[in-house]
Amino acid sequence: MRPFAYARAADTADALRLVVQSPNARFLAGGTNLVDLMREQIEQPEALVDISGLPLNQIQERADGGLYIGAVVTNTALAQHRGVRERYPMLAQAILFGASGQIRNMATVGGNLLQRTRCPYFYDLAAACNKRQPGVGCDAIDGFNRNLAILGASESCVATHPSDMCVAMAALDASIHVTGPNGEREIPFAEFYLLPGDRPDLETTLQPGELITGISVPPLPFARHSHYRKVRDRASYAFALVSVAAALEVEDGVVTQVRLALGGVAPRPWRALAAEHVLIGAPATQESFWQAAEAELAPAHGLHHNAFKIELAKRTITSVLAELSGQQGV
Amino acid sequence: MAVLRKVVETAVRFVPDPAPDPLIRTPGVIGLPLDRVDGARKVQGAATFTAEYQVEDLAHAVLVYSTVAKGRISAIESTAAEAVPGVLAVITHQNAPRLKHPTLLSMLRLNKGVGGSDLPIMQDDSIHFDGEAVAVVVAELPEQAAHAASLVRVNYEAEPPLVSFDAAKASPTVPKDVMGEEPEISLGDPDGALAGAMFVVDNTYRTPRQNQNALEPHATIAIWEGEDNLVVLDSTQFVNGLKHQLAHVFDLKPDNVRVVAPFVGGGFGGKVALWSHTVLCAAAAKATGRPVKLVLSREGVFRLVGGRTLAEQRVALGADSTGNLTALIHTGTTATTTHSRYPEQFSLTSRHLYAVKNLRSGQDVVNLDTVANTWMRAPGDAMATYALEAAMDELAFAMQLDPIELRRRNEPNEDPTTGAAFSSRHLLECYAHGAEAFGWSERPAQPRSQRDGQWLVGQGMAASYFPHFRWNAKVRVRLGATGSALVQAAAAEMGMGTATVQIQQAADRLGLPIEHVTFEYGDSALPDSPIMAGGSSQTVTIAAAVQKAVEGLHRELLKLVPEESPLACAKLQDVEARDGGLFCRGTNQGETYTAILDRVGKEFIEAEGKSAPPLEILKYAMASYGAQFCEVRVHEVTGETRVSRWVGAFDCGRIINPKTATSQLRGGIIMGIGMALEEETFLDERRGRIVTRSLAEYHVPVHLDIPQDFEIILLDYPDEHAPLGARGVGEIGITGSAAAVANAIFHATGKRIRDLPITLDKLL
Repeated sequence: MRPFAYARAADTADALRLVVQSPNARFLAGGTNLVDLMREQIEQPEALVDISGLPLNQIQERADGGLYIGAVVTNTALAQHRGVRERYPMLAQAILFGASGQIRNMATVGGNLLQRTRCPYFYDLAAACNKRQPGVGCDAIDGFNRNLAILGASESCVATHPSDMCVAMAALDASIHVTGPNGEREIPFAEFYLLPGDRPDLETTLQPGELITGISVPPLPFARHSHYRKVRDRASYAFALVSVAAALEVEDGVVTQVRLALGGVAPRPWRALAAEHVLIGAPATQESFWQAAEAELAPAHGLHHNAFKIELAKRTITSVLAELSGQQGV
Repeated sequence: MAVLRKVVETAVRFVPDPAPDPLIRTPGVIGLPLDRVDGARKVQGAATFTAEYQVEDLAHAVLVYSTVAKGRISAIESTAAEAVPGVLAVITHQNAPRLKHPTLLSMLRLNKGVGGSDLPIMQDDSIHFDGEAVAVVVAELPEQAAHAASLVRVNYEAEPPLVSFDAAKASPTVPKDVMGEEPEISLGDPDGALAGAMFVVDNTYRTPRQNQNALEPHATIAIWEGEDNLVVLDSTQFVNGLKHQLAHVFDLKPDNVRVVAPFVGGGFGGKVALWSHTVLCAAAAKATGRPVKLVLSREGVFRLVGGRTLAEQRVALGADSTGNLTALIHTGTTATTTHSRYPEQFSLTSRHLYAVKNLRSGQDVVNLDTVANTWMRAPGDAMATYALEAAMDELAFAMQLDPIELRRRNEPNEDPTTGAAFSSRHLLECYAHGAEAFGWSERPAQPRSQRDGQWLVGQGMAASYFPHFRWNAKVRVRLGATGSALVQAAAAEMGMGTATVQIQQAADRLGLPIEHVTFEYGDSALPDSPIMAGGSSQTVTIAAAVQKAVEGLHRELLKLVPEESPLACAKLQDVEARDGGLFCRGTNQGETYTAILDRVGKEFIEAEGKSAPPLEILKYAMASYGAQFCEVRVHEVTGETRVSRWVGAFDCGRIINPKTATSQLRGGIIMGIGMALEEETFLDERRGRIVTRSLAEYHVPVHLDIPQDFEIILLDYPDEHAPLGARGVGEIGITGSAAAVANAIFHATGKRIRDLPITLDKLL
């Protein structure tokens, strides 16, 4: 680990002031990913601005029936929150399927949004990685790519976003509140993450010096009927090969409302809009669910070790929707 | 080597058996499920492991690893590293102390230890595998050393490495021997018998590289006392082996090297040999004139220390209409390296398990430019029992015969290849007890015939096998006038319960309560002999020597008693040790140790014990056996597999401590579940670099992967030819486990997967 400066921010303004004092500073909250990356020399900040003590640790009811979640609320606290468990069960489930109890106690919601890929070549300084060093090439595409992307990838990067929580957030259309040198703004979830293209090093639309202060989750009554299914290589403590967050409303055998997002398959939490489009107004049958899954996976591209994820994703989507519609599933 | 073994095996048949160890049946503390003597210290964090030792003036070393697999170092730039505050030295091949290279395993010179590879360690600019250490940075603080190590720039003239097993396997070579045995043996006419068999299965099974992943990464602290004396704290499974190897490498007198390993946080074979980090730590201490600590990162363990090699095994079985095996062919290839010649011994298993007259069993190797492979729990047998026992299941299914019945019909009466008598083999009882506890009789014969919602349910079984080993050992026992004893053996305690079971057996041998017996171990200053935590051999290896030492003490005590003592004139065979003293057998006539020693004014007496050569393992077919039963659930939609029930029934001779033995067996099975479903060290064959070099990518089972319904049955038949009547329990648990899982997956799904690990994509 490179030597670095450390400062504890007294308040949000102080955090913004401190972080611009060093050209390569990072905000530190739970540190569960950033510190790992520093130990591996992947991240080499010259300064850390500790925001874990800022008063951004509240979960508040919003007037519209949604929730506002402070950026340093821990993953554990969010998953335990009664409102989350009752109104957004897929969000609570997603968090509890991620990491371990110890890590969830440390990890924060804001940090979770900014987790970086676990692509093993990204982590290996001896490997070529366009995300670490744009233009040098990608050893992952023809390497060990079991955990890597089948959707949204590019010729320069096939990394996946590793978060579980964010898959549910994508399905819920959450929005991200930030503050920075140019004031406060709110970023819709769909506009927060960038696809890799030829600049996989650019991962979000956060501007330099901006700090995530919270996430708002809009009201979504039918999300009371939602589910998160994570498929992975062991029963716990592994990243998703494929995960599915879904909320479904069926009236008279017809899908009236649906939210669907995928994890483990793309460079960002993957909102399955093509599938949703097929489903709205369609009969709530296995056939419709499969057609929706096929529509979503139509542009998928499999690599040597991960092509199975295309079939796995279709099956898992169909199974989760079937379960939510009261048919056999999961 | 193999010829010599054959000659000795023949000769020993004419050597009469020594009397059985008197302790093989005696009631006592042997057989009690005692808690581990170090349990409380471990859970309290009070047990000191190597890296935790506080040593004055300690400096810290961090390694730089090669990023190419073959070639030479063209330049090393270390100025920036040397400029980091606190850095004491950057050691490379240009300035490392001159060292001899370690030596490889010789079965005849086991007491001299073994190097993981015989490569020179940082002596020249050549690179032999990706991850080889190319520089050592020593600094006052570990953080300084790590940072400085990241600043060392190494340029290479790389050459294309040979790392593809599939490319190399077309031209394998036959090793000279396989752990001292013939690389291939043939009985009868296996090819002819196979061709003429009524039922035939003939398939290839692949197993990947795996790593031990002990909880404690390898750690060393090296302290030089003057030019000629070296003290090394090291997380080793073999203190005396390390001592001799280090003495050889540093050109020191063996007795000027002391290796201390009080607690080892798991090893599973990865800490038996001397690996380069231990040498480099001692070299760094020599170069800097400071005590130096070197703790490998998890990545460092993957880079520098070998694991289990990959293998491709062919198993062909032929059977007649009654289910008798008429042909067994078990051959294949493993990968080894030019700098270690360890062809994991999978072909030995089939030589001992089933009665068959037409048999070919052999193996060859390809040499790759990788880190040297080494032992990992049940080397050979773990992979062999996967292939062989999966094949037996395939044959049983082809014949529409119950898998247990097929095995029952082929149970041999004597060793099928050597003709040696079994010392004690109760495998059929393992099947019977295991089947009953598991409810095997309720299993439907038809695959894919049970489901629970979307989970397909199936049951599978397999045989377990691990050979019995014992080495020559020397120990020391001190008996105090206070009625206490100290047993000293240069053993390794890596969590198995070594100290606990040794106290149990010594207490019974001496007739003392266990709280009056102390066991000292983990120090090469104790008597020098090849005691190691390896080959599931340590318990009996020590016990045989302790028996000799205690006999020596008892003889001396009998010499010390005066004429008026009830023990006067008694001979060793006339007395028994109990109640803190010696008594004429079957009477209350005797004296306590305290009375005898107090009378002559001795505070203690002491004796060394040296065990007899292990002729019994050459004369008899000696092995532990078991039967594994498991139930799996395979998700029909996703292919996820969960192991939901397990019963393992084992015949491991007399059980010294059912609690620690059960833990060993269960731990082995859990490792087998990992082997079956999760574990693979992925080597990127484009450059020979291990990609899965952390526990995030290399999956081992987590708690949720392990069934709560998990039963271990211990047959507990004493083996008359083994010290204590006991055989090993440490490794057999993993054997047969992967086959039981694979067979259960077939039963659940109807799919045969012959390529481990059985990840969900193979079941979609």
